[in-house]
Amino acid sequence: MFTRERRRLLTSTASRSTDRTEALTKAVRAAAAEARPLCIVGGDTKAFHGRAAVGERLEMAGHQGVVDYEPSELVITARAGTPLLQIEALLARNTQMLAFEPPILGPTSTLGGVVASGFSGSRRPFAGAVRDSVLGVTVLNGKGEALRLGGTVFKNVAGFDGFRPMAGSLGCLGVLLEISIRVAPSPAAETSRSFELDWPRAQAMITALMRRPVPLSGAAHDGHRLHLRLSGAVGAVEAMAAEIGGEATPEGFWSDLRHRRLGPLAQPRLWRLSVPRTATLPELPGLWLRDWAGGEIWLDSEAPSERIRTIASDVGGHATLYRGARTGESVFTPLPDGLFALHRRLKTAFDPAGIFNPGRMYEGL
Amino acid sequence: MLDQFDDRVDPIFAPIDPARLIAALRPLMDADGLVTKVEGMRVYETDGLAAYRGMPAVVALPRDAEQVRAVLMACADLGVAVVARGAGTGLSGGALPSPGCVLLSLSRMSRILSIDPEARTARVQPGVRNLAISDAVAQFGLFYAPDPSSQLACSIGGNVAENAGGVHCLKYGLTVHNIQKLDIVTINGEMLTLGGDALDTPGFDLTALMTGSEGLLAVVTEITVRLLPTPTHAQVILAAFADVRHAGEAVAAIIAAGIIPAGLEMMDRLALGAAEAHTHAGYPTDAAAILLCELDGADGDVGAELARVAAVCETSGATQVRLARDEDERKLFWAGRKGAFPAMGRLAPDYYCIDGTIPRRRLPDVLEAIERLSGEHGLAVANVFHAGDGNLHPLILYDANRDGEIERAEALGGAILELCVAMGGTITGEHGVGREKINQMCVQFSSAEIETFFAIKAAFDPIGLLNPGKAIPTLARCAEYGSMHVHAGKAAFAHLDRF
Repeated sequence: MFTRERRRLLTSTASRSTDRTEALTKAVRAAAAEARPLCIVGGDTKAFHGRAAVGERLEMAGHQGVVDYEPSELVITARAGTPLLQIEALLARNTQMLAFEPPILGPTSTLGGVVASGFSGSRRPFAGAVRDSVLGVTVLNGKGEALRLGGTVFKNVAGFDGFRPMAGSLGCLGVLLEISIRVAPSPAAETSRSFELDWPRAQAMITALMRRPVPLSGAAHDGHRLHLRLSGAVGAVEAMAAEIGGEATPEGFWSDLRHRRLGPLAQPRLWRLSVPRTATLPELPGLWLRDWAGGEIWLDSEAPSERIRTIASDVGGHATLYRGARTGESVFTPLPDGLFALHRRLKTAFDPAGIFNPGRMYEGL
Repeated sequence: MLDQFDDRVDPIFAPIDPARLIAALRPLMDADGLVTKVEGMRVYETDGLAAYRGMPAVVALPRDAEQVRAVLMACADLGVAVVARGAGTGLSGGALPSPGCVLLSLSRMSRILSIDPEARTARVQPGVRNLAISDAVAQFGLFYAPDPSSQLACSIGGNVAENAGGVHCLKYGLTVHNIQKLDIVTINGEMLTLGGDALDTPGFDLTALMTGSEGLLAVVTEITVRLLPTPTHAQVILAAFADVRHAGEAVAAIIAAGIIPAGLEMMDRLALGAAEAHTHAGYPTDAAAILLCELDGADGDVGAELARVAAVCETSGATQVRLARDEDERKLFWAGRKGAFPAMGRLAPDYYCIDGTIPRRRLPDVLEAIERLSGEHGLAVANVFHAGDGNLHPLILYDANRDGEIERAEALGGAILELCVAMGGTITGEHGVGREKINQMCVQFSSAEIETFFAIKAAFDPIGLLNPGKAIPTLARCAEYGSMHVHAGKAAFAHLDRF
């Protein structure tokens, strides 16, 4: 019975399936031979992120299609250039979803792009990040060799987990060809409640709730109100909603937050702070939007960069100039020397000629 | 046997004069921080894979990260290999001493440094026992989720090295999903922090890369683990089947119904018979296979999901579906499962535990194929495993005192692992490659992939002194001993449909 279902699913996406492995391999080998940098481009929806891209564009968009999907395995394997919208629609038809709730910044946004960026949505503190969902990849290294790292099963400890660091590597380690992702069943029930609370009170409420096994799947604060999303079995969601009370969350709040359209998320210059959710940060003028139960802060502020990086690092976190870096300004928090040297050695292990997205994450990487 | 290292195909370093090594290490350690006499070192000769034995040159017992660093730097200086060891419960020979090595035991670094119940984290030293963490945080209503069956004894540092799993990882994840920060020391004495107190860090995700690296990249000296709130309610269902195939189909059907059980385990007739005789858990010994399915969460939801699981099992052909009457019976059902390994002693003097993972939908085919291979090799196989994850634990029963049985058990184990790879799975789900499965790595990975693993190792450990000869086979070893690479599915088991 599963085989028939699987065939049906694969046929339904077959019309949009193209394997460009050969052409991509050739392009990488040619670039490697001349040590020519390549700029890997998926759906081109996140060009604003990271340091400036250099090199010839290596287009992934045509390399698409679902390679294998069997709902009872909780795994989907697709080519890196497959549009995320297509993957999400296929999963939704089987009441499944990507647990890390990736932002989709445009209709062309691809699976490979979201894995390379390492972007995860509001479910992050409750269901894990992109890297937690990745089970394996096929990746072209800087010699143009296709490497299969990891696999398609959840429990797999053979070989180093070289596939997990691909998530969030901004394409600096290789060209993702195929990605196997663990998927999750969609919750049977979902509701959202909203409370007029300043952040310290909201934070206390989140902390108290997270000490208990509650069906929380989102906790965000827009500067004035706390929004709590509950997902799971019907009984648990209803009981929790009744217990916490509050008002209904405005329509579209979670999807605007997820796809980065809400409030300060649209600002041309925007900081992203990643901090322990229980930390107390000093006041700083600007617009604050907190996601990830307080662990991810979107900040629209004209405060000096050093000040913003300091308030994050003082509590054990870091700050990224998510968008709108001025010339010469660093985007990501600089790494300690020893760690940076290790990054460079790892980069060389995958990409000896340094051709993949050089300098996109850090100068010299 | 693979405990014999082969300097033609294993990266083994020429032993140095032990007196010179001891003289170099002595001033770095506490007065009782070195074991140099053979009698004292016996206990470090082997880990949980007791068939493999080797004697280190010396055992070092550091008290803190500074002493770890001092030992590593001295070994780098002298060109001596270092094998790190936690509690020594690993099942793949990962802590087996290589010839002339310094065995670095982290057992004295066994303090829980701090617990932050609000952030739901704990900072611990590598020698802390897995279960000790859950015990220490239970007062806050929290627990540490990964629960390998050795959790009473195994150490968290070893868990990180092996990316340990357990019965509950289908729902709560592996070690990699439950840690957020690692302090490491490299062979050159560099002390680095990977990960952090926030949910992500800038740069590459090296915490994930370190996890499961089997002591080949660096030595972990401190771990920040994530804790979860203890579920208020847990219940277990026992379903019996007259046919192993039906039990396998029920596993896929439960997951397909959108249910993620906290644990979903299977035992076949041979295993459940032995387990029943050992524990008296009340298992139906006339069944061909049983499933134990645990659900946890809020009270009402657990009840609703149990009803759905029961219905799915019945549709899949279960002959009997029983709910544990009370908490005592729930614990008894699990005690039977957890006692299944020791219970094998009733069936044969020795057993060899295999650890492959396969896609869940392949369960029925693979169980049948294992039965066939068992017949061909003339050794019985009992199956007790994490069915929800597709993580098999075929237990090959043999008698080491009978001529040639060890070799036949090894050959049968190898054939089963190669079957797992051919089915789209992997040679190890949670026990690690260690020394034991080093040849099967050649089956699962291509030369380019193996070279990449060595390049990753060299980025951390340029001289290659950390746990040499484990986890990643040299290409020379693959050429000599490795079976054919069946990556693209063209070699063995050609008659089986696979992806």
